[in-house]
Amino acid sequence: MFKILKKQVLNPTVTRMEIEAPLVARKAEPGQFIILRVDEDGERIPLTIADFDREAGTVSIIFQIVGATTEKLNHKNPGDYLQDFVGPLGRATETEGLKKVAVVGGGVGCAIAYPVAKKLHEEGAEVHSIVGFRTKDLVILEDEFRAVSDKMIMMTDDGSYGEKGVVTAPLKALIEAGENYDEVIAIGPVIMMKFVCATTKPFGVKTIVSMNPIMIDGTGMCGGCRLTVGGETKFACVDGPDFDGHLVDFDEAMSRGAMYKEFERHQYEETCNLFKGVDKNA
Amino acid sequence: MPNMSLKKNEMPVQDPQVRRGNFDEVALGYTLEQALDEAERCLHCKNKPCVSGCPVAIDIPGFIGKVKEKDFEGAYQILSKDSSLPAVCGRVCPQETQCESKCVRGIKGEPVGIGRLERFVADYHMAHSTEPPVKPAPNGHKVAVVGAGPAGLTCAGDLAKAGYDVTIFEALHLAGGVLVYGIPQFRLPKEIVQKEIDNLKAIGVTLDTDVVIGRTLTVDELFEQGFEAIFIGSGAGLPRFMNIPGENLKGVYSANEFLTRTNLMKAYREGSDTPIMHAQKVAVVGGGNVAMDAARCAKRLGAKDVYIVYRRSEKEMPARIEEVHHAKEEGIEFHVLTNPTAILGDDNRMVKGMTCVQMELGEPDASGRRRPIVKEGSEFELDVDCVIMALGTSPNPLIRNTTKGLETNKHGCFVVNEETCQTSREGVYAGGDAVTGAATVILAMGAGKQAAKAIDQYLKNK
Repeated sequence: MFKILKKQVLNPTVTRMEIEAPLVARKAEPGQFIILRVDEDGERIPLTIADFDREAGTVSIIFQIVGATTEKLNHKNPGDYLQDFVGPLGRATETEGLKKVAVVGGGVGCAIAYPVAKKLHEEGAEVHSIVGFRTKDLVILEDEFRAVSDKMIMMTDDGSYGEKGVVTAPLKALIEAGENYDEVIAIGPVIMMKFVCATTKPFGVKTIVSMNPIMIDGTGMCGGCRLTVGGETKFACVDGPDFDGHLVDFDEAMSRGAMYKEFERHQYEETCNLFKGVDKNA
Repeated sequence: MPNMSLKKNEMPVQDPQVRRGNFDEVALGYTLEQALDEAERCLHCKNKPCVSGCPVAIDIPGFIGKVKEKDFEGAYQILSKDSSLPAVCGRVCPQETQCESKCVRGIKGEPVGIGRLERFVADYHMAHSTEPPVKPAPNGHKVAVVGAGPAGLTCAGDLAKAGYDVTIFEALHLAGGVLVYGIPQFRLPKEIVQKEIDNLKAIGVTLDTDVVIGRTLTVDELFEQGFEAIFIGSGAGLPRFMNIPGENLKGVYSANEFLTRTNLMKAYREGSDTPIMHAQKVAVVGGGNVAMDAARCAKRLGAKDVYIVYRRSEKEMPARIEEVHHAKEEGIEFHVLTNPTAILGDDNRMVKGMTCVQMELGEPDASGRRRPIVKEGSEFELDVDCVIMALGTSPNPLIRNTTKGLETNKHGCFVVNEETCQTSREGVYAGGDAVTGAATVILAMGAGKQAAKAIDQYLKNK
């Protein structure tokens, strides 16, 4: 069992939690993930490591409430325990030798983009962060990003904060203006990563994306997380989650990600109804 | 006078029409009368050929003799001397190619139902024994076991009995390995596995779940933590695919994923948090026990048509005869000498069919089995909405990639001394599928046993 130490509501649909997991904290690196189960008989879900403190033995996760399991997770509070918390899984993001990087984060994907940006900054790289959200209320980690970025561009779809538009527009403008990036690291919804890759490809700028497909064990056993990269089948859990974005088949990844949509929606509604009952009684 | 019936006592089973709609155990086990009657068929040969067919060399005539005397606890004691999981082995061992294949009674008629008797004795013990397991006196030495599957559990059990302080590290949230994620409830009830694990805990074994060796901790860190020897029984978890077009369509599963969702994650239960596709027409590619398990799970999850698609003939199928028989009884259709060439998808990238070719058998290949060759112009389309690939598995690379000095072969399996299970590193032993590639529960247990003995020797002489 793994104790929840802190909980912070970042916006109406995104929560941050700090979990006591000393073994995971000791090994965690930006780009890696964990798998958790909220309770006995719960689903195993992968979540990215948003931050870690080796000394304190804690790992932070940031999750969006999208389904039954994250809804249940969001009802847990400091002092409660998670049934399982295993990791760190996957390969760490490779940052060695990078001097100038554009980090592009979209929505809750910023939870992964931030530790990567932080590590790059600590290693002395010049970091340009472009972060995008649907609207002002959903903005997360702004101060954190600013603290580790040499340049920071905030985008919202509706223009309620920062500039109006999608992340690809400023990215393209920066590249065209002669910013010579060693790499672009894009983390966010699959559709965003797809368009970031389409933006960088004509310029030949190497682009790394972090894939977050459906998975069960996270150690290479089920193969549920497979995706096509450069015509070859890869397992996101052991070969990734980072891949060369110019080689990823995003359309296939999006389709596979929607495999259990109906089921998930149904479970989510059931869970919400359940909590409604509980909240009423309380 | 022994019972000279040429036939084994038949195993009582759930009616096929009923059981294909539930996940309850198929084989119900011998009654006391049947067990006594079957035990009488044993001739107690002096040279005990059956024992030579058992990977852990159980004293088979010995335990059967106790059954005859109605001393079932005595029979259990004999079994448990050599097997740490008799209730499991009685259910999942391929007896027909092991002990029972050597039985003299099999020359004319059917061999003694050794596996069924083993199961009877183990179940009898579980139902009647009230004695708590005895915790042995500690000898002060620490051993780590990686993986809580059949190999690891056996090795841990034997070492704990010898007084070692054993910790098992398991990557998943539950111990049991393939016994819990792979083999379905209807073939091996999980309560039985849990009881065996509870027994291990009762004799002092520590179980540390949610620890991935190679990620959370490395082999070297285990030594730093004070473990004096390490047994790696991490299995062969990496599923193989065919590399044919369409394998990443929605509706294509590895058998590992399909079975893990169904069994470990309990997707077979109404209201489970873990989703699974309830397909109507399912093709399972492969001919082993895993393929049979997947096919029979698919049927139970409501599929109308379930096909086994296998490229050789039924004779070459590696599955236990009983599983093939049970699968057929449950209405699974067999397309043998058939090989898929592509999986077809609809506009929504869902599986809508599978193209196959027919095969014929040529000359024997390296495995000694006749090599299947494609029949010209035999292509046809199978109407399916789900495909499950049960083509075998290879060892997971996590440990070999993170441990210096551990030799592996070209298949990624650990290279070990066959006698001692010692790897190329001092103090590190390995066994089970991590060494052999995908094999059987009992072979893994045999290796776990051998390794425990060798580790005991090693630490005593150190």
